[in-house]
Amino acid sequence: MSWEVVIGLEIHAQLATQSKIFSGASTAYGAAPNSQACAVDLGLPGVLPVLNKSVVEMAVKFGLAIDAEIGQRSVFARKNYFYPDLPKGYQISQYELPIVGQGYLDIELEDGETKRIGVTRAHLEEDAGKSVHEGFGSMTGIDLNRAGTPLLEIVSEPDMRSAKEAVAYMKKMHALVQYLGICDGNMQEGSFRCDANVSVRPVGQAEFGTRAELKNLNSFRFIERAINYEVERQIDVIEGGGEVVQETRLYDADKDETRSMRGKEDANDYRYFPDPDLLPVAVTDEDIETIRSTLPELPDAKRQRYVSELGLPEYDAGVLTASKAVADYYEAALAAGADAKLAANWINGELAAALNKNELNIDESPVTPVALSGLLSRIADDTISGKIAKQVFEALWNGEGSADDIIEAKGLKQITDTSAIEGIIDEVMANNGEQVDNYRAAPEDKRGKMIGYFVGQVMKATQGKANPGQVNQLLKQKLDG
Amino acid sequence: MSLTADDVKKIARLAALDIRPEQVADYEKNLSSILNLVEQMDAVDTTGVEPMAHPLHMVQPLRDDAVTEEDQRDHFQEHAPATEDGYYLVPKVIE
Repeated sequence: MSWEVVIGLEIHAQLATQSKIFSGASTAYGAAPNSQACAVDLGLPGVLPVLNKSVVEMAVKFGLAIDAEIGQRSVFARKNYFYPDLPKGYQISQYELPIVGQGYLDIELEDGETKRIGVTRAHLEEDAGKSVHEGFGSMTGIDLNRAGTPLLEIVSEPDMRSAKEAVAYMKKMHALVQYLGICDGNMQEGSFRCDANVSVRPVGQAEFGTRAELKNLNSFRFIERAINYEVERQIDVIEGGGEVVQETRLYDADKDETRSMRGKEDANDYRYFPDPDLLPVAVTDEDIETIRSTLPELPDAKRQRYVSELGLPEYDAGVLTASKAVADYYEAALAAGADAKLAANWINGELAAALNKNELNIDESPVTPVALSGLLSRIADDTISGKIAKQVFEALWNGEGSADDIIEAKGLKQITDTSAIEGIIDEVMANNGEQVDNYRAAPEDKRGKMIGYFVGQVMKATQGKANPGQVNQLLKQKLDG
Repeated sequence: MSLTADDVKKIARLAALDIRPEQVADYEKNLSSILNLVEQMDAVDTTGVEPMAHPLHMVQPLRDDAVTEEDQRDHFQEHAPATEDGYYLVPKVIE
């Protein structure tokens, strides 16, 4: 039997605020345990939550970016459960009336097709603290610095049909929140993480199969592996005559498997009710228009502009806009005067390779956009050839100064002086009499290939600095003449 | 509306309350009578009434995104039964 995979994702994006969603404690990562947990975060008696304005603005900004209906009256609710890193015994979340309603995100599939993935809703909530189970003997250590950190939970429709589509969706969402400046996207620090609802059904069946919820997916690679593992597991269970149980499963990256989290029978009975400590949140039409005016150019619009205005191929435009950091770098290079196509080729080519090799992000590149632009200008004005440019790039990477400094110091300037090149050609021809005779004896259609030998000799004699176009032209004149 | 003994046990478990078996019948009766009291409101026709999220006719005031809290960990941890290296300690919650 052949199976169809059905996936929906719940993404938690940590909003990039200075302070927490309901308190004035800092959200900075990596502080000493509990040094950023104030009375509100600790759930001490008598405290009241007060909502952070930026959190509301960021959620609305996100909603506008996915073309969603904005909940102009949204309500916070208590989600009740007990766990030591949740001091109040409930998490403040949104339930019936979220701040962002139905929207969508278009993803690009491997075959170049575009697929629209529905976003059911996105709501605001507070994060819980962190439990540390190692190092305290028979006890668990609780750090509440993260408690009260603002999260936007983005819930998708079950519209994805493979692990690859799920990854494409997540990557696109990851890029979007960074473009919007509402989340730093740092997956190592947990700023962007996801749970996946996965089920399988026989191809052609309309109803969904029973789903399992996979938790703990904090890298693109893990998501793909966890989903693929889970799909295999569910198919094995069904084909072995069993039934998939609706449950929460934890992905173990070391063992590359998912495991059932047992003993959570009441886990889904959260007894939500409106939080009496918080009033309904109002977002006016005017607020929405003000926020709309702050929306930056979004990835899809940027990609289209790169194609239509800058004349880049679809593929290059897609690579450059897939992350905000790369697009920012590219645009900084253009602002410094770089040629659009040349800059695209170098950023996607030489620079990307060097960054990859050194495991650096583009915003950590030792070659700044201005420095790269300086190099590209020297290619564009024929000061150096493309081949020599790679040498200059390496020197730029190693911090040996600007492109002009390097070209000067290493004497890499291209030789474009016709008489100088002619002198070298004469020399090469004099030293290779036999090849010259062979060339002249050869029929016209063979000569094109044979000229390569002489080009090579001239380039060797000039350490690659002669202008290749000129060399070709002059050689042909002299040999044929 | 009346609750069963199982409902009472479930509610107690969800609320992390340890009730003795002999108390179940009492809770069953008392909680059911509270529900019956509230149930009288079902007689009111609420067609077209927007569900109320809060009794005050106000909207949530917002605060600017600024860090206003200082580190008062030592002060807060005076009240905790057990702490170590800045962590609050609780009985181990994982096998």
